[in-house]
This record gives sequence, structure tokens and C-alpha cells, in this order.
Amino acid sequence: MSASSTPARRAQPLHAAGLAHHFEDLPQQHEAARLGMWAFLITEVMFFGGLFTGYAVYRNLYPAAFRLASHHLDVALGTTNTAVLIGSSLTMALAIREAQIGRWKPQIGYLIATMLLGATFLGIKSIEYHHKWVDHLMPGPSFDVSVFGAEGPHARIFYSFYFVMTGLHAFHMVVGLGLMAWITRRAARGDFTPGHHTALEMTGLYWHFVDLVWIFLFPLLYLIGRHG
Amino acid sequence: MSTATTTAPARAPENYLNTDYSWKSWLLTIDHKRIAILYLISISFFFFVGGFFAVLMRLELLTPAGDLVQAETYNKLFTMHGLILVFFFLIPGIPGVLGNFLVPMMIGARDLAFPKLNLLSWYIFITGGLFTMYAVAAGGVDTGWTFYTPYSSTYANTHVLAVGIGVFITGFSSILTGLNFIVTIHTMRAPGMTWFRLPLFIWAHYATSIIMLLGTPVIAITVLLLALERLFHIGIFDPAIGGDPILFQHLFWFYSHPAVYIMILPAMGVISEVIACFAKKRVFGYSFVAYSSIAIAILGFFVWGHHMFVSGQSPYAALVFSILSFLVAIPSAIKVFNWTATLYQGAIALKTPMLYALGFIGVFTIGGLTGLFLACLGLDVHVHDTYFVVAHFHYVMVGGTVMAYLAGIHFWWPKMFGRMYPEFLARFAAIVVFCGFNLTFFPQFILGYMGMPRRYHAYAEEFQVLNVLSTAGASILGLGYLIPMCYLVWSLKYGEVARKNPFTARGLEWTTSSPPPTMNFEETPVVTEEAYAYHTAYLNEEDYVVR
Repeated sequence: MSASSTPARRAQPLHAAGLAHHFEDLPQQHEAARLGMWAFLITEVMFFGGLFTGYAVYRNLYPAAFRLASHHLDVALGTTNTAVLIGSSLTMALAIREAQIGRWKPQIGYLIATMLLGATFLGIKSIEYHHKWVDHLMPGPSFDVSVFGAEGPHARIFYSFYFVMTGLHAFHMVVGLGLMAWITRRAARGDFTPGHHTALEMTGLYWHFVDLVWIFLFPLLYLIGRHG
Repeated sequence: MSTATTTAPARAPENYLNTDYSWKSWLLTIDHKRIAILYLISISFFFFVGGFFAVLMRLELLTPAGDLVQAETYNKLFTMHGLILVFFFLIPGIPGVLGNFLVPMMIGARDLAFPKLNLLSWYIFITGGLFTMYAVAAGGVDTGWTFYTPYSSTYANTHVLAVGIGVFITGFSSILTGLNFIVTIHTMRAPGMTWFRLPLFIWAHYATSIIMLLGTPVIAITVLLLALERLFHIGIFDPAIGGDPILFQHLFWFYSHPAVYIMILPAMGVISEVIACFAKKRVFGYSFVAYSSIAIAILGFFVWGHHMFVSGQSPYAALVFSILSFLVAIPSAIKVFNWTATLYQGAIALKTPMLYALGFIGVFTIGGLTGLFLACLGLDVHVHDTYFVVAHFHYVMVGGTVMAYLAGIHFWWPKMFGRMYPEFLARFAAIVVFCGFNLTFFPQFILGYMGMPRRYHAYAEEFQVLNVLSTAGASILGLGYLIPMCYLVWSLKYGEVARKNPFTARGLEWTTSSPPPTMNFEETPVVTEEAYAYHTAYLNEEDYVVR
């Protein structure tokens, strides 16, 4: 253990530290948590999958309107946000790495950095939303179809997808930030040792998943018809 | 507390029921067995609420005229009947009660992998149920349980939103239960419990869980889009701005067709256990029955279009969906044939669970075969939206799932509560249910074939005789459901005390006391033989001896 090792946990009778009553040993518990998290992420894929399917149907039906509407999104802010989010995935991975080698302080530092980057993403996202609010591009009857000429109604569908997809993604980010706050508190308490940091690893999986959703959303929403 | 120390009655050994009697110990329990009981109580409640709407419908349909309720009320009745029984009884029923209780016990585990998540999923279920019951109390909803757009999104003036939220929420309960089962079956099996020693009940629940995980998120996003459409008019399903209402049907049935397998697969698992026990034979073709569950789970995802043959989908798509729908009948048929082969030369005991199981095989076969009629493109155009369809899915859902549920409840009742149900009365009720069920729904096949459309409160005079028969059957069926309700509650206090293994069944759940201790087993069991080893001699332990 390094100098910044964890504060001692109270010993629990009969069970190894952190082992729930119904498991035989820690590896079994870890295996269950990992499989459970991956299974959960599969449900998330199916959840967003319904939206991606809908998006594919309408983009196929109204390609011109989707291209036109996409060009009203702020690519600079979107690109910045992509970089911010990928950066947060890096710091998340580094936090887990620090837990694996048992370094306490940098682990907390990376977790806080991840939270700050996540919050930055949501900040930039809300600036974008505000622009759309000002431009009357919110979905619903108040949508200003005149911006897109004849393609107006179909562009409205694009913006419905834009808001539902990025909105649900943002919701997952907010949940992720909550998880990060919880996990940082546990890390600060010294819950994670090189041998046992399942909760941290699971939160990391979730965080990477939410990033990955954005990696698909960004080109599908922002980059239509920009390749040449 | 008794003052006398001499006459204290002999206390039952400590088990999961008598370990703590406080409300808190029930409402905050993380014991899978207690959570199963919580599901049992809540699901029974929803069963009788949903059944109540069916009673009103059958009363209205006694006469051709719409005299008991108005058309609008009738629309609400069949909507809430379907909604409550599909989302709050059939889907969570067998997995929530029997699955929760038995999955850990059958594989020799102390609990599900995520006990707190398990409790959470019950609370989510109840929260979804509260939203739905609120909508029911506030005036109901009239879209049909299918919520087809644009009626549900734009035109309906009823409580679509509250019900939508209820369905959305309760879906997460289903997801968490499925996730828990999958992880438990993968990681918590006792030493020696290999995949091909698993009881078929476990295989069935594994397959069900796959569907819960892959299908339920899609209905969640679909209902969410519907809610956003209703709240903010986002237009995705609104044809006025180029949205596609048919897309809603695709997304809806992408979940809701596999969901019928969520309802029937656990039932099939129950039947495999019961048939083997009361024929005292290993299940014929174990691995075929196991794999057929998985095959149903996979194929079930590719047949949703057969609900949309007349909805304006491409005829070529309809052709493919028709063929795939025929294919999914194969694994179901494998099960029926293998159960029948299991009975051959078995030592058949016609106890109550077996009566329900035999009823299941016959009734499910009719339900399944009429499903093939409906998968035929030409025939479906003729009987689409008629009582033929109603009869078909009630043969599968009521004759299949509910009968299997009753079979399972009786079979494992001694294990769950340590008391026997009264055998004679229970057999009588099983026969009442079987007769009442067939009298209710068989006339509906004929009605449908003659052209009586579903979802109307009034009908042409020539349909009356069959409708009266159906209503008469429904009252018999209702009685058949009330009798077990009464004697099962009675048996909790007055039933004969159950032994460890009253039916001389095989399986780990029968090797521990009835009711089981909180940790299920005194020590982790070690499995050394295949499931259903009824053919091996083992009758040396006193508890196994048949009285």
C-alpha cells in the first residue's frame, strides 16, 4: 500500500469487508455486479435504440429537411462538448486506474475532474437549448416552421428528435453526476481498495456508456451532409 | 405473551415467515421469499380489479342492445380490463410471485443477486400501479390497452397520460426483475448445478428475462414518446406534419408481442415442473424443452408485424412476418409434444396442480393452433378485430397463463406457507375453472368466425345465444377463481401442516423445510444429479415417503 492508503474499515463479523450476506465470496459478488451492469447497459441500448430507429425512419423519409435542420445546430459548441465528454471518460478511466493501484488522492482528483467536465457539458448544452428557445425551434406548435421554408413541418420532426434524444442523454448525464457525487464521497471515505472497488468500476461503465451515446448522437444530429 | 410457561404451544422452527412479524420487516424486507409474498398480495388485488371490469363487460354483452353501459363506458371497461391484467397481472404475475420465490431456491442460492434491487422493483411496480389506479378512479382511459396513435396522442379525452406514466414506471420493475434473474442464474448456482441440470422452470425464467431486458426498454421509450406527443405535440406520430402513426404500432408491438411470451414462458416452466412431478418421470427431451424456451424468446422478437397485417404495412413485410409467426409455433409445439410424451407410462396422480397442468396442455394447444390461423394472411383479414382474436389470446393468456399460475400456486403453496390446501375442494375448483373457461371463450371463436367485431358494446341479434353462453361461462369461471381465493386464505391458519416434500417432488426447493428458513438452506447444497431424477431410487429419507 502506498502512503495515501485508505482509512481502515471496521471489520464485519463472519463476512469479508463489503461482502453481502447472500454471496459466497467477493469474486462471485464482483462477477454478479459486472454482469448486472452490462445487462443494464443492454437495456439502455434498447431504450435509445427505439429513438435511433425512429430517427432512421424519418431521416430516410425526409433527408432534405433533416440536412437543412441540422445546419441550424451549433457545430462549434457540439464539437466542444464532444471533446469535453471524451475528456471526462479519460479522467473516469484514470480514477479507476488510481483505485486499482491504491492511490487515494489522485483518485479523488480525477473523480472531481470528471464531475466538472460533466457539468461543463451540461452547461454548454443548456446554452445551446437556450439558443433554440430564442429562435423558436422548440418542438411543439410554437415551432417556427418559416425558418425552413417548405421543409418546415419535417424540420420540426428533426427538432423533436434532437430534443428528445439529447434531452434523454442529458438526463442520463444528470443521473451520472449524482452517481459520481455518491462515488466520490465513498472514495473520500476510503471505501475502494485495489482488491475491491466494484461500485467505482460500475459507475465508470455507466459513465462511458453515456459518453458513447453522445458519440453516436453528435454525427447523427450535427454533421448531416457536412462531408463534402 | 402468555403468562403460563407450562402450556406454551410448540413453536414452528424459525422460518422466513415467523422470524419477524412487524410491518417494517415486511415492507423493508430484502428476502426474495417475502418479496414474492408482497407480489402475491398486490397481484391478486390487480387480478380482481381487472376481473371486475370483465364482469361488467360480460353483463353488458348479455343482450344485443347497449343497455347497461354507454359506448364510451364500454370502451373504458375493455381498456382498463386489458391494461390492468396485462401490465399488472400477466406480465409480473408468475415471475414476480413464483419466480421470485423459486429461482434462488431451485438453484441452491440464498437470495437473488441484488436483493435491494428486487425490493425496489416491487416498489416501482406499486408506484406504476398507483398511477394506473388513479387514472381508473379519475374516470378511466378509453384507447384500448394498445394506445394506438393518433387517437391516444391527439383525440382521446381520457386519462391517457396517467396510465402511460403507470405503464412506463411499471416497465422498469419488469426490467429489474429480469436483470436480477439473469445475473442470479449466471452467477449464483450451487456447486454442481450445471446449466443442463437446471430445472426447466429456471430455463423458462431465463428466457423470459431476456425478453424483459430487450423488449421492455422499447415500450418505455414508445410510451415516453406518446406522453411527449400528448404533452408538447412533438409531432413524431402526428400525420398532420408528416409523422407516422404506424411507427407507433411497430414500436408498440416490438415490445408487446414478445411480451406475450413474457406471459406464457414462465407458465410453461411451471407446467414442466408439475407434469414431471405428478407423472413421476423425468421430462421427455429435457434439452429440447430448455432450448425451445430460448428459441421462443429469440424468434418472438421477429413476429410483431402479424399484429399489423391490415394496418398498412408493406405486403412483403407481412409475408415475412407471417412465415416467422409460423416458425415460432415450432418451439411451442415441441413443449406440448414433450409434456405429452412425459405423461406416457408415467405414474400419474391427478392432484390439483396436475389437473390445472393437463387443462393447460389442452387449452394452450387450442390457443396456439388458432394463433396459426391468425398468422395466415388471408384468414387474418377475415377474422381480424373479431372475437376470434379475443378468444385466441384468452385461450393462451387465461387458459394458459392463469391456469399455470394456479397450478404453480397450488404446487408450491405448501412450500411457501407450510400448509396444505384442501385437496378435494381444490380439485373441484380446478374443474370449475376448466369448464367455466371453455364455456366463456369457446363461443367467442364461433362469434368471431361469424363476424362479430370486438370492442363494441352492442351487437346484432343473431349473436345473442353464443354471448349468453359466454356470459354464463364467465360467471362459472369467476366462481372458480373465488373458491381458491377463499380456501387458500383459510389454509394459512387451518390447513394441514405441510411436510418438507408433500408431493415427493425432486428439486432443491423440496430439500429444505416448509416454509424455508430465511437463508433457504441450512448449508449450501451440492448438486450431484440431473433435474427430474424421478427414475432413480431415493425413497430412504423419511420425508420423501408417500403417506
